[in-house]
Amino acid sequence: MSAATLAGEEAVARAVRKALDAGAHSVDAALSEGDSFEARVRDREIDYVKQARERVLGIRAFVAGPGGLRTAITSTSDLAPDTIDRMAAETVALARATAPDPAAGLPEDGFAGELPDLGLLAPEDRNVSVEARIEEARRAEAAARALDRRITNSEGSQVGSGFRRATYASSAGFAGSYESASHSLYCEPLAREGEAMQRDYWMTAARRLGALEDAGAVGRRAAERALRRLGARPVATCEVPVIFEPLVARSLLGQLAGCISGSAVYRDATFLKDRLGDAIASELVTVIDDGRLPGGLGSRPFDGEGLPTRRNVIVEAGRLRSWLLDSYTARKLGLHSTGNASRGAAGAPGPGPTNLWLEPGRIGPEEIVRRTGRGLLVTELIGMGFNPVTGDYSRGAAGLWIEDGKPVHAVEEITIAGNLGDMLAAIDLVGSDLVWIGAIAAPTLRVARMTVAGR
Amino acid sequence: MSDPRAPSPKPAPSGADAAAFFRERFGVDERALSRVLGSALERRVDGADLFFEYGVQDSVALEEGIVKSGDRHVEQGVGVRVVAGERQGYAHSDDITVESLELAAATARTISEGSGPAPPVAVRPAPPGRDLYPVATAPTDVPVAHKVRLLEEIDRYARARDPRVVQVMASVVAQQRHVLVATHDGASVGDLRPLVRLNVQVIAQDAAGRRRELGYQGMGGRYELERLLEPAAWRPLVDEAVRIALLNLEAVPCPAGAMDVVLGPGWPGILLHEAIGHGLEGDFNRKKTSAFADRLGQRVAAPGVTVVDDGTLPGRRGSLNVDDEGTPSQRTVLIEDGVLVGYLQDRLNARLMGVRPTGNGRRESYAHLPMPRMTNTFMLAGSDDPQEIVRSVSRGLYAVSFGGGQVDITSGKFVFSASEAYKIEDGRIGAPVKGATLIGNGPDVLTRVSRIGHDLALDQGVGTCGKDGQSVPVGVGLPTIRVDGLTVGGTET
Repeated sequence: MSAATLAGEEAVARAVRKALDAGAHSVDAALSEGDSFEARVRDREIDYVKQARERVLGIRAFVAGPGGLRTAITSTSDLAPDTIDRMAAETVALARATAPDPAAGLPEDGFAGELPDLGLLAPEDRNVSVEARIEEARRAEAAARALDRRITNSEGSQVGSGFRRATYASSAGFAGSYESASHSLYCEPLAREGEAMQRDYWMTAARRLGALEDAGAVGRRAAERALRRLGARPVATCEVPVIFEPLVARSLLGQLAGCISGSAVYRDATFLKDRLGDAIASELVTVIDDGRLPGGLGSRPFDGEGLPTRRNVIVEAGRLRSWLLDSYTARKLGLHSTGNASRGAAGAPGPGPTNLWLEPGRIGPEEIVRRTGRGLLVTELIGMGFNPVTGDYSRGAAGLWIEDGKPVHAVEEITIAGNLGDMLAAIDLVGSDLVWIGAIAAPTLRVARMTVAGR
Repeated sequence: MSDPRAPSPKPAPSGADAAAFFRERFGVDERALSRVLGSALERRVDGADLFFEYGVQDSVALEEGIVKSGDRHVEQGVGVRVVAGERQGYAHSDDITVESLELAAATARTISEGSGPAPPVAVRPAPPGRDLYPVATAPTDVPVAHKVRLLEEIDRYARARDPRVVQVMASVVAQQRHVLVATHDGASVGDLRPLVRLNVQVIAQDAAGRRRELGYQGMGGRYELERLLEPAAWRPLVDEAVRIALLNLEAVPCPAGAMDVVLGPGWPGILLHEAIGHGLEGDFNRKKTSAFADRLGQRVAAPGVTVVDDGTLPGRRGSLNVDDEGTPSQRTVLIEDGVLVGYLQDRLNARLMGVRPTGNGRRESYAHLPMPRMTNTFMLAGSDDPQEIVRSVSRGLYAVSFGGGQVDITSGKFVFSASEAYKIEDGRIGAPVKGATLIGNGPDVLTRVSRIGHDLALDQGVGTCGKDGQSVPVGVGLPTIRVDGLTVGGTET
């Protein structure tokens, strides 16, 4: 029984010390502790309320071997001192069963110094009442229903707030911790006309409650999105310009992030593997990763290995300038970490984006539609049809059909297909409407030509 | 490498052992369970349950010819749920103590406004039931050295198959979960759930170094990990991964547009999972947000099409002795000879719809609320000859393996992505095509099934289903079928 559990700094320090005692060459430990709640309102009534308290301690130990270090990672949610001691020893024992790897190990130097305040938590938000947040969910759903009588049903309106403290220490000498919060509101109404039903959603998420979009606006926007899908039908198979709305354009950026991750590069598992320095996208495309964006949902003062986060230009006017690297993949590629070690407390660190966005252009989304004589505006993508090794892309889509620069009817049961490399090169219009609902964001984008498969 | 410590023989564990485990390790006995449930019921509510979980997962992964890392994760916690009408209050904690349980019960019951007398609860352990997945050795107790050796053998074997194999990634994942469910009606049911999985992924590069392609195969289930260690088990798996990677080196762009599609047996059953399975889950139908709402008794598939969800298949990845609400799993007929006859239910939705739970109340972990979910979902065999089914198509697609899929249950539109497919030309299987996405409309796709083969096969145990942010292991199955007029999302117009 864990009557006495250790506080954050004590727990990670003990894990590091005990692993060294057990014979580790080096070790780091990461602890995540959080409180959160979420609630859903549906049909004006509370559907569920959920409260949670969670903590996970992850220990990564390295053991010296011929020509490199052996590695193991363990995790537990039990912070009793004897459990930590046992886990630390088990991690070292597990590492002894693996093979030495010349690239394995902690970063040697360059650890984060003074930690900046990135605006990841507003202290007054700690007093947030569950009832007040549930009221926001009610307001969003009510606003959606009030917009149009064809909004007849709902998958609900959801709110969540979470507070987290991350604590890290390593035998290389770095120790640090930071607190963060995240708050969200999501609304998913259903529109009905005759037998046809369509759903869609809108959401807002931020580090501070005050930065959330107004609940009524979220509900109305969600309802507008569901309504415009009514009457959807497939179109004939064709090749046309395809416009991606911000919520779907960000998925392209997420796929790009996977293809420029150091782990995909050293494994030859990305179609971009030999392309550092090359033009891989149209000149209109500039992509930034910045772990210190104030208030960013992907912001953190140091990465999963204690290195300072920073601003990295990934793609500059179409040219690939940087991979996303942690210390392991950097060593594999003969480069330096970009401060992108991403780590859930339970898992191994690996390179991943922090706040990743495509720089907005100067024209509004309506203007992009206007300039597109005939084409497809994609508002939702489904399925996993993307192959990072080849870049081949084929996904289910829904959206609006454009004729003479105007949306004329909703479209569904179609796919769009191409190759991500060709698509990035064929981006010929970039909107001014960058939308943040998570740590990855993009504005409206137009790809000059893709295959649309339908009837 | 070798490990001299042979696993010591142990009696087969059972659900009763899971209950004993929580009693001994965390002091959660029947009296404590009764007291906490009684406290959860202190307001006017329709029910309450407790879900305890203690799980160990370990995995070892190989790449670049070496096992670079091992990992082991222990997850433990408890969730307390209170239900009042359609409302659910849920509180969970990773601290399994009677004090934190009382606190969680107090939090969970705040969803109920009315107060009432707390009825006495007397929790009794359920009599031991069947065990669909007995293992002599927990997969997480198999020495790591055995798993490491397996992966090293796989690497050597795969590279020796063909010089074009340039990268081999393999992993073996073992899990052992103890769960215990106690409900307000006094039932207390435990379950011990082993789960194993072997993944093999190869990258092949053509001789000119211009094209690289992936091949993936995996297998697993709720059975002894030792089964994966047998060359007779893993060699065919590696052969398949290598074959698919090499085949993809030759793949041509996929045609685009509506055409007749033949789906091979086994894993293509993901069609059923996406096209109709999710749409038949009780929550979406109670809320009437599914394209299948109010359609019981109606024709939703061609005559001859019978689809079942069966959580009782021994050793399968999607099987469960009891679901995560303590209801025994069962075989539920969803579509019988083309007519919709059943939905998948958990306790909450069954009560609100006035039907019986079907043993499909599942959750990812103690940190999640249960929902109606699939187990193993498949179509029963027909009588057609699979080769004849292919010959019956003049121009179309033959798809034998898939990556994954997704559905919009409200519009009914679903997709799934082929990882191995061929053109059919004049009844003959032609060139392999690059991965294409197939898209269709759930409520009518099965009405366009025109042939059903006699070769029903279940998948090899790799399916994971996501819903509302929760992942659970599932199985699918299908005989060879022909579907007329499915939209294929290729690039060639």
